[in-house]
Amino acid sequence: MTVMEQRGAYQPAPPPAWQPRTDPAPLLPDAEPYRVLGTRAARAVDQDLLLRLHGELVRGRRYNTQATALTKQGRLAVYPSSTGQEASQIAAAFALREQDWLFPSYRDTLAAVARGLDPVAALTLLRGDWHTGYDPREHRIAPLCTPLATQLPHAVGLAHAARLKGDDVVALALVGDGGTSEGDFHEALNFAAVWQAPVVFLVQNNGFAISVPLAKQTAAPSLAHKAVGYGMPGRLVDGNDAVAVHEVLADAVRRARAGGGPTLVEAVTYRMEAHTNADDATRYRQDAEVDAWRDHDPIVLLERELTERGLLDEEHRSAVRASAEAMAADLRERMNGEPALDPMDLFTHVYAEQTTQLREQAARLRAELEAEDEAHGAGR
Amino acid sequence: MTTVAVKPATMGQALGRALRDAMADDPTVHVLGEDVGTLGGVFRVTDGLAAEFGETRCTDTPLAEAGILGTAVGMAMYGLRPVVEMQFDAFAYPAFEQLISHVARMRNRTRGGLALPLTIRVPYGGGIGGVEHHSDSSEAYYMATPGLYVVTPATVADAYGLLRAAIASDDPVVFLEPKRLYWSKADWNPDAPTAVDPIGRAVVRRAGRSATLLTYGPSVPVCLEAAEAARAEGWDLEVVDLRSLVPFDDETVDASVRRTGRAVVVHESGGFGGPGGEIAARVTERCFHHLEAPVLRVAGFDIPYPPPMLERHHLPGVDRILDAVARLQWEAGS
Repeated sequence: MTVMEQRGAYQPAPPPAWQPRTDPAPLLPDAEPYRVLGTRAARAVDQDLLLRLHGELVRGRRYNTQATALTKQGRLAVYPSSTGQEASQIAAAFALREQDWLFPSYRDTLAAVARGLDPVAALTLLRGDWHTGYDPREHRIAPLCTPLATQLPHAVGLAHAARLKGDDVVALALVGDGGTSEGDFHEALNFAAVWQAPVVFLVQNNGFAISVPLAKQTAAPSLAHKAVGYGMPGRLVDGNDAVAVHEVLADAVRRARAGGGPTLVEAVTYRMEAHTNADDATRYRQDAEVDAWRDHDPIVLLERELTERGLLDEEHRSAVRASAEAMAADLRERMNGEPALDPMDLFTHVYAEQTTQLREQAARLRAELEAEDEAHGAGR
Repeated sequence: MTTVAVKPATMGQALGRALRDAMADDPTVHVLGEDVGTLGGVFRVTDGLAAEFGETRCTDTPLAEAGILGTAVGMAMYGLRPVVEMQFDAFAYPAFEQLISHVARMRNRTRGGLALPLTIRVPYGGGIGGVEHHSDSSEAYYMATPGLYVVTPATVADAYGLLRAAIASDDPVVFLEPKRLYWSKADWNPDAPTAVDPIGRAVVRRAGRSATLLTYGPSVPVCLEAAEAARAEGWDLEVVDLRSLVPFDDETVDASVRRTGRAVVVHESGGFGGPGGEIAARVTERCFHHLEAPVLRVAGFDIPYPPPMLERHHLPGVDRILDAVARLQWEAGS
């Protein structure tokens, strides 16, 4: 009998014998977001991890500014910046092993890139040449998901399937504070807990769902508290503290691997930019609020610790800067090229085999394209 | 020579046998849904599967349709072949976002990288005295979503063969089960299931020369009954069982209508925006010069599904079909 069958078995319960089915106390999140940087515990953190995180955060910030610049040059249709959230996204990528799966939302291109995905492949959705610019199975990164929270049940199903097959695979699903109001968030967490699926949910609470602040989104004590209702632990962590997020996620991944079931992690962070380049954040928040977060910037927090420990020398700084600029230059150059488009691709992957009706429609488009080519040829 | 044990079986039993055989043949086939395990489903289609294959292969899920379909998507992403049961037509609506935004387009958005071989079983249609929200004909919603196959059996043999084909398909299939045919019986040998055409082939259930009735699922037996009754009026009606709404078998339909010159589409779904509009338009576009009369539709009324004591007035019956046949301009061309 499997774990699932034991948990699912019907157990008669006489009415007077009521008691909580599980003790809620161990599931409760800490009262304050968990922090490492700026505390005594930071001194014990491995210096290689600090330096690696710092390098990736600086590259990540540069990736965000470069992608935003590409929208102004018309090379990206839209870009939802994750500036301010780099610590959460990069820690998410660092917490996963090669065989694990990442389930990102549209704001999580940085997590995908930090996991090793080619930045151009991560951006085809936002450039508009194809919805998913990479093979999800090859990278174990699910398609960037736009309908909020709808990818969370996929993470649960995939993790559940992997466990049924006896594979050591954990799924990490990313969602925002707004996404926690969606029905799929609830259903995914419930299924994950009932099935004890090896999945970790990371909520990046960046304060806003486009313009709507968290206070209008939920009346919960914290988003991490929602875990208790599903019977899984909730962890509250400072989302700008890369070391803390990495530690909490790594713990949750270990727990999932060991058969301990799912964890909900709320990373408290802040969206420094507008929702996207098409949004105007001055309509719903004050500059003073944004400025207040600058002192708690993820790169600033990390550099304070590195400075304290004498690790932020000019050699490291210039190496990190050069790496970030090289990435940005490569991204700029490749995004400035015109993507190769074949309109006939529209019909290629609707079904495994084209239906008769789609073959007819493809033939019509082909004829239109040939007529266009002829017209251009005649005009030359 | 071996004797073949042919005995009466219901459509529900044939569907259950199809699930069982698919699970026995392929360990990646998993059944999940509400009450499908211990109970065997509210229509008992999954009866015995949990006992035979264990609860990890036939799983009682929490009561949440989007969660059922959403987790099935993840399972299919990892190489399993899930078969989900939506308990009733109208209970499938919470899963529509998963169906439309993910199931139908995952292959397309990933350029074939993530195909989803999953089957979504949906009991549909009326005629069983179901109270509100238990009798919808939801096929038009599914038909309007590119990337899905939409299949519905009308016979016991097809129930088995089409469900096996659906589970074997590498594309997602919405498998619509006509509720009022669950208890329909036919002589059927479960040990030598009928060979079935691949998904996408219609079949002529009754050959005739006067006019073609184009129909599917629960309306097929009604049309066959109408065709028998029509003999008294001197009409020899052909009945085409579409079996697959997507992909649509234009070839079989066109051949029949070109032969008879007249066509009536019959279904329970409402007429406005219903499948019959698409079918009538296709037939008119493709067979115009063979037609002696406009293609007519006999459909459910354009009303919310009625309460059970009134549903007989809503569902297309023999008389309504014969009235339509009578309006096929018999005097004009002949």
